[in-house]
Amino acid sequence: MSVHASPTLFMAMAAKEAAGAHPDGVTLSASLGLTGGALRVPGRGDMWARAVRLGLRAPLGGFRAFTAKADAQGSGRVTAEVIEHLERLALVDFGSQEAVARLEKAIAFADRLRQVDTDGVEPMESVLEDRCLYLRSDNVVEGNCAEELLQNSHRVVEEYFVAPPGNIPLPKLDEQESFPHN
Amino acid sequence: MAVPTLRCGFSGSRWTFALVDRGCRHRTVATFNWIRGQSSVAQQPLHTAQKPRKGAQEWAAVVGLEIHAQISSNSKLFSGAEVRFAAPPNSLVSFFDASLPGTLPVLNRRCVEAAVMTGLALNCHINQKSLFDRKHYFYADLPAGYQITQQRLPIAVNGNLAYSICVGKQQREITKTVRVKQIQLEQDSGKSLHDDLRSQTLVDLNRAGVGLLEVVLEPDLSCGEEAATVVRELQLILQALGTSQANMAEGQLRVDANVSVHHPGEPLGVRTEVKNLNSIRFLAKAIDYEIQRQISELENGGEILNETRSFDYKLGCTVPMRDKEGKQDYRFMPEPNLPPLLLYDSTSLPAGADPQQVIDIDRIRETLPELPSETRARLVQQYGMLPEHSFTLLNEVGLLEFFQNVIKETRAEPKKVVSWVLNTFLGYLKQQNLAVSESPVPPSALAELLDLLHTRAISSAAAKQVFEELWKSPGKPPAQIVSEKQLGLLQDREALEELCRATLDGHPQVVRDVKGGNPRAINKLIGLVRKATQGRAEPALIKQILEKQLSSPAP
Repeated sequence: MSVHASPTLFMAMAAKEAAGAHPDGVTLSASLGLTGGALRVPGRGDMWARAVRLGLRAPLGGFRAFTAKADAQGSGRVTAEVIEHLERLALVDFGSQEAVARLEKAIAFADRLRQVDTDGVEPMESVLEDRCLYLRSDNVVEGNCAEELLQNSHRVVEEYFVAPPGNIPLPKLDEQESFPHN
Repeated sequence: MAVPTLRCGFSGSRWTFALVDRGCRHRTVATFNWIRGQSSVAQQPLHTAQKPRKGAQEWAAVVGLEIHAQISSNSKLFSGAEVRFAAPPNSLVSFFDASLPGTLPVLNRRCVEAAVMTGLALNCHINQKSLFDRKHYFYADLPAGYQITQQRLPIAVNGNLAYSICVGKQQREITKTVRVKQIQLEQDSGKSLHDDLRSQTLVDLNRAGVGLLEVVLEPDLSCGEEAATVVRELQLILQALGTSQANMAEGQLRVDANVSVHHPGEPLGVRTEVKNLNSIRFLAKAIDYEIQRQISELENGGEILNETRSFDYKLGCTVPMRDKEGKQDYRFMPEPNLPPLLLYDSTSLPAGADPQQVIDIDRIRETLPELPSETRARLVQQYGMLPEHSFTLLNEVGLLEFFQNVIKETRAEPKKVVSWVLNTFLGYLKQQNLAVSESPVPPSALAELLDLLHTRAISSAAAKQVFEELWKSPGKPPAQIVSEKQLGLLQDREALEELCRATLDGHPQVVRDVKGGNPRAINKLIGLVRKATQGRAEPALIKQILEKQLSSPAP
């Protein structure tokens, strides 16, 4: 049950900084039992050199307002709201306190990068920046393999993939038994 | 190995472009007073605000558009699967589109050229270096769990789009401009069919991975009519460039509107996003409805939620989308599998470069076709028509081509052709709800008819009759109709003069009226002569002869 997806980690770091700015908290039921297999791990071009700017919005009227339970940067604790937020967005399951502790350790480890002085240094956008982006000519060369692709699906209806219906709202925090985050 | 199915996927949130954050806009907005009532929305009287410190307050609406246009290309943006509208489900899907592990994106050259062409047509600055990013959200028709887009550094920025609308009671036409914030390349998602009965969603990935041009406009618009005009103009531009067929009914052009209201001079209000707009007409209706709804809500002391609403075209109103509760966080990150996209111009083109692998912006600029605004200017200048005529000619699909074919084959004056095409021909089309391509009258027939008119072989009244006949029996040449129905103008002037003389003799009372100083009585005489000639004489000529006969002393 380890957290090993980079986008989530980035978000955790940035979320910690943007203290208190969260939308309403909905979280996965612990019984979901989704492992990290649902997440796509990006290529090894890890972007540790830069904190990715994420569009966390300030809460507006109509949503539950959160008091500043989030700690200020440097405390090393990841708050319950952040965990809920991460669980909802990345569909990971921080099933235990141990997982949260591991996350906090990972953040602390990455935080040491801030000690590097990057004044006047242009951020690197891509490890592939010296490579040429290959342009493909506009010809049809693939497709027509519906049968093969549909074999991957658990359920199929007349050549369509079958998915659960959208917009099932996740159970809210107080409606489910959550393990103590703190 | 089965792809793990996501249980309880959170959201169908299609929050567009989350970075357009209202809170950041601290510039003064050019506001337009909400004076014009739109005919499509029931008029509600604007109440005065109930705040004690101010009197009657005007509301200003701010509308921003995000337009997604499907690029017209043979294959998809990052894979070699075909782009086609109707096909068996999941038959146009490559391994990459299904996001099978181990597949990588390969950029389609045609899509980049399309983006550059569109950027140039909208007067944008083309970024010679642009970057690709991933926008993460979960939905069944997005198999990878992220969409590859250009959020940090899009391919084109800071353009503008000019459009014309009528204002004021006199319907003056003015030209306005809306700024284009950016144009970016991104992937389309697949299609979901919701089966509520069996509580499942059927997913077709044929559309997944098709290249889209997202055109983000600054919120310079203030009502539904302006938005509709802008979208129509963009449609025409994209069609002229060939970068997109921009057919809203087929989903090749999708528009989302961000609407908010505020008092002029005060900060911008909370905005809502309106989606599910399937046609330009509904776009205007939905925006106007939303503006009114927000004004009513605020004036009644309520507040506006930052939410996504869907337009219900049957009810003519916007309703909240249950699907989109809560805000989305897209966790943007650089696409690690794609290097920066580098474009060149004639000065920076590397020597000896493979032409298939480099894109020269200047070369593309040279090959831009004539844009709609240029076409309209040329029509006005070449044929002396009014600007609004040029708008009508371009707005109707196929009408310009029809017009140009008629002009080619006829010797009649361009102004006459314009009048016949825009009034008579278009009138008949609209009456029977036909497209130009379905017209029973080909350009050659109309050209022939106009020639007959031009050589004065028939009168204009007769011409109208002939046209009606042409419409009813396609294929019959106008000349044949004229001879069959004996509509040809009386060429014999003497015979006409005799008829006039006979009429004058037959109606001495009217003659006395005319001579007695009632000039309008002559119209009665003209009418009588016309009846006698069965419409085969020009009224002007009749009047001339009558006047001559009346003024000369009776024999």
